[in-house]
Amino acid sequence: MSTAAFTEDLVAKSYDRTLLRRLLTYLRPYQAAVAVSFLLIVVMAGLDLVGPYLTKVAIDRYITKGDAPGLARVAALYLLTLLGAFAVRYGQVYILQMTGQKVMLDMRRQIFGHLQRLHVGFFDRNPVGRLMTRVTTDVDAVNELFTSGVVTVFGDLFTLLGIMGVMTAMNPKLALVTFSVIPFFFVITNWFRQGSRQSFREVRKWVARINAFLQENLTGMSVVQLFRREGRNRDAFAAINRAHADANVSQIFYYAVFYPAIDLLAAVAVAMILLYGGARVLAGTLTLGALVAFVQYSERFWRPISDLSEKFNILQAAMASSERIFTLLDSPAEVVSPPRPALLAQVRGRVAFEDVSFAYVPSQWVLRDVDFTVEAGRSVALVGATGAGKTTIISLLARFYDVQAGRVSLDGIDVKDLDPAQLRSSLALVLQDVHLFSGTIASNIRLGSPIPDEKVREAARAVHAHRFIEALPEGYQTEVRERGATLSVGQKQLLSFARALAHDPRVLILDEATSSVDTETEALIQDALKVLLRGRTAIVIAHRLSTIQNVDEILVMHKGRIRERGTHQQLLAQRGIYWRLYQLQYKDQEVLAGGEAELPA
Amino acid sequence: MRYLRRLLPYVRRHRARIAGGLLCLVLTTALSVASPWVLRYAVDDLTLRVTREKLWLYSGLIVGLVLLEGVFRYYMRMVLISVSREIEYELRGDLFAHLTRLSARYYQSHRVGDIMSRATNDMSAVRNVLGPGIMYTANTVATFVGTVALMLRISPRLLGLALVPLALVSILVRYFGQRIHDRFESVQAQLAEMNVIVQESLSGARVVRAYAQEPHEVARFEAANQEYVRRNRGLIHMFGALYPGIQLLMGTGAVLVLWLGGRMAVAGRITLGEFVAFGAYLAMLHWPKIALGWVVNIFERGEASMGRIAEMLDAPPEIRDDQPEPVARLQGEVEFRSLTFAYDGVPVLRDIDLKVPAGATVAVVGPTGSGKSTLVSLIPRLYEAPPGTVYVDGHDVRRIPLATLRGAVGFVPQETFLFSDTVRENVAFGLSPDGQEVEERVAWAAGVAQLAPDVADFPQGYDTFVGERGITLSGGQKQRTALARALAVLPRILVLDDALSAVDTYTEEGILKGLKQVRSGRTTFLVSHRVSTVKDADLIVVLRDGRIVERGTHDELVSRGGFYADLHRRQLLEEEVERTA
Repeated sequence: MSTAAFTEDLVAKSYDRTLLRRLLTYLRPYQAAVAVSFLLIVVMAGLDLVGPYLTKVAIDRYITKGDAPGLARVAALYLLTLLGAFAVRYGQVYILQMTGQKVMLDMRRQIFGHLQRLHVGFFDRNPVGRLMTRVTTDVDAVNELFTSGVVTVFGDLFTLLGIMGVMTAMNPKLALVTFSVIPFFFVITNWFRQGSRQSFREVRKWVARINAFLQENLTGMSVVQLFRREGRNRDAFAAINRAHADANVSQIFYYAVFYPAIDLLAAVAVAMILLYGGARVLAGTLTLGALVAFVQYSERFWRPISDLSEKFNILQAAMASSERIFTLLDSPAEVVSPPRPALLAQVRGRVAFEDVSFAYVPSQWVLRDVDFTVEAGRSVALVGATGAGKTTIISLLARFYDVQAGRVSLDGIDVKDLDPAQLRSSLALVLQDVHLFSGTIASNIRLGSPIPDEKVREAARAVHAHRFIEALPEGYQTEVRERGATLSVGQKQLLSFARALAHDPRVLILDEATSSVDTETEALIQDALKVLLRGRTAIVIAHRLSTIQNVDEILVMHKGRIRERGTHQQLLAQRGIYWRLYQLQYKDQEVLAGGEAELPA
Repeated sequence: MRYLRRLLPYVRRHRARIAGGLLCLVLTTALSVASPWVLRYAVDDLTLRVTREKLWLYSGLIVGLVLLEGVFRYYMRMVLISVSREIEYELRGDLFAHLTRLSARYYQSHRVGDIMSRATNDMSAVRNVLGPGIMYTANTVATFVGTVALMLRISPRLLGLALVPLALVSILVRYFGQRIHDRFESVQAQLAEMNVIVQESLSGARVVRAYAQEPHEVARFEAANQEYVRRNRGLIHMFGALYPGIQLLMGTGAVLVLWLGGRMAVAGRITLGEFVAFGAYLAMLHWPKIALGWVVNIFERGEASMGRIAEMLDAPPEIRDDQPEPVARLQGEVEFRSLTFAYDGVPVLRDIDLKVPAGATVAVVGPTGSGKSTLVSLIPRLYEAPPGTVYVDGHDVRRIPLATLRGAVGFVPQETFLFSDTVRENVAFGLSPDGQEVEERVAWAAGVAQLAPDVADFPQGYDTFVGERGITLSGGQKQRTALARALAVLPRILVLDDALSAVDTYTEEGILKGLKQVRSGRTTFLVSHRVSTVKDADLIVVLRDGRIVERGTHDELVSRGGFYADLHRRQLLEEEVERTA
């Protein structure tokens, strides 16, 4: 082995040790249970050794002597140990598995809690599916290490030592003769483990290739067919498929050799016991019962040895999983509460952006020197082309991200100095895509906040959601299925308005949905919006003509800067960016709006 | 076993090897049950004080038997499991071949993940039936027959007694099996519940943060988490009872043999050797009992999996050659004759009449969902138009051999799909590998598609790997690679389905200029949202809600003041906004 590989191995090992140590901290609250479990496994291993010994006693003392009542006593004793073993085993399984469950509970709680502390940007980078794997699959792999890994290894070792101890006690010389096969067990097992791991890797490689090939070809099947590649790709697949089958066959070889080899060793052990022990029996220095017990014990050698080697895979999987879990747990929560948050006795709702610049990726500025103030109770609309930075502004106000330069403030206090919980409870955010949780309609309006039923209904009524909710089979108690698949787009929007209104925020942040709805619902939405905006500070990414016409000020965003500001009429008169955007985005709605807004010629 | 029966043709193909493997299995079992029999004579002889030579004989016999058994066991496994891998290979190959014949419609109604899972997970469940399933079943039966026969020879009465606890094991397994299954289902259901909470809470992170619902979410998850553990507790109780219970019952069998068998030995009804051998046989019976439950499980899973695979194999290839006319070459005249096309009952195209002479360039514009992509994808029969509606060179496309038709069409799809291979392999995707001048063709196509300058900048040139789905290339580079791929086959009909959307206008201009030269003589369909792409076309067709609402040249349509003119005006405005620095 080269030195480089060797040191790498060492590093990996010490690294594993750090991981293992950290994993063990999860067991600390359950030390007593773990200790009991270990104790029980020792008792269990001991009880399992009794059978062959009792056989020896039965043969030597009773069967060869013709003592039938004594035999009954031995049988009764045997039955008793079996019952004892049953009880111990049951207790051991129960305690160990429940401990494992509790460890998983703690781990999942910790991971989930941490995920709730992470800022929104983290979820932009990490797909939800991958994070879910941490909470489920990876935690399971770690549990496997606790429940069937560490503890059983201990049990296996103890069984092996126990067998050797009993044999030595019965007849040290015969024991030594029998033990002579044990090293060979280890050699064969080791050969098998290494060989099969090597071939297992080969198999995994080809399984991955098959998956990749299928994934690609199935996704791009129309391209394959358009370019008449079916035949060639079938051949290419056949080659991978063939290699996969061959890799598997070479893996079978190790199994096909391993089991017979183990059997052979066991047979050699029996043969040696017969040969050496038989001679002692003939010489009268060994009882026949002891010989039979030796044969029975020797057959129990190999199971713990081969189990031991299998545990290695569990360890590996658990290490990989725990590493992923810890990486997640160690990822810092970037948006945090200040150590001594400023408290706002009464939120008035004055929002100010003071020379704010922001970039998601360093040096790629999304907002530059954005400066505006919304007095309490006033409303502004953000207008601009896609990518102008409108969504970023509302994300910064909700403090999903922290600004790199300038400051965002609420009632004159930097949002960074506020407790995020207080900041956010004074805001309500209504997004384009309405996110519904599993639960009832009512619980989707209320979320987790302590809002009485009456207020939920009131809010729904005010935004015209009450009527359709009442028409649902169970009204407010109707379960939302499949993320609201049974609700229409318009209904979902009204529901999200009700949610915002029920939380009665000082500041409303609204990203208007672009999706078109039928005229009747559109009228309801427009009316509901007026209710929602009344008496609140509002920041709206506007897609509706009626909305931009009703706000106090319009900010026109272009490439991360505020380029124009004013009222609808003022801006149109300027004939600048707004005028062009108006033609592109809003003009078509004039018909719907009944021609309210006439273009100044 | 309705679906597993479909494996019979595959099994039949390998019947000689399977028979050989099963013969090895029978021999293995026979030899393995012989060993305790030797032990029996050894023990008996020891009570009779034999000579040491006899001990050598017995020891040698035991080792020899096991050695021989090992040889057969080796061949048994090698043969039987290899055959199962062989059949898996054949079945998976057949499955993939079938998948290459299924049409785009199939891939739209079936998720790739599902198909993959069937071709891999379900396939391996079926393979488990053929390999371990068959092997363990045969082994179980043979071992049972062998040991019971020999135990019967020792003492039928003792056998009868010893089998009682074994029968109880079966009852126990059945009793607990059902309950464990139920509780396991309930645990899984709760796991799914927990997953939903995690998923909702993470994908709705913005809402959760905005309404300061973190504590609520944590509490919600905690409740689900606790419930999961509570349900697991029920399952653990069952497991805690089942396996120790099985061991208890099996131990009871051993106790019975020790007690009653011992008494029989004392009474001289059986010898001591027979007593020892009987105990050994009883231990050998434990394994088949455990394996039985396992085997049943393998077969049940295999049956369900085979059902899912069969469903795929039975999906009819909708688009295939059906009594084609002997057309070998196409010129490229395309005609749609009062074409109406519905997708799953929803009309997508209505009364389309359009004749495109060979060599002409037609542009198709219209809002999203107006049927533009569907229209062009009917030409190479990605979807099947009704008979008598789509013609190439006067032949109904359904009558042209599929290979001829698709060989004449160079298609650049809306969503660029590249294969994780080199740039060269991707461009040469439609060329025959042993064909002449592949290199020149690739270089030429890349030149026209304006890909060549980019390739020149790549460190490995045409040998650069594009990564999975072309991830290492920019959007524009990907589209240009796809265009070069289509050009390389020298198609008579070139279709660009909104294929230059990610290419900047400057490069697009270059591409269009290049295309103009090579498209002489090639019929070209340009689907686009951009006026700049389509303005030079011989004919521009505007689709709305599946109908042709405007047709004419750029100038005609602009002066007519309809959808196209509006599109033109908007794009000028957008460009203006964009230019505002």
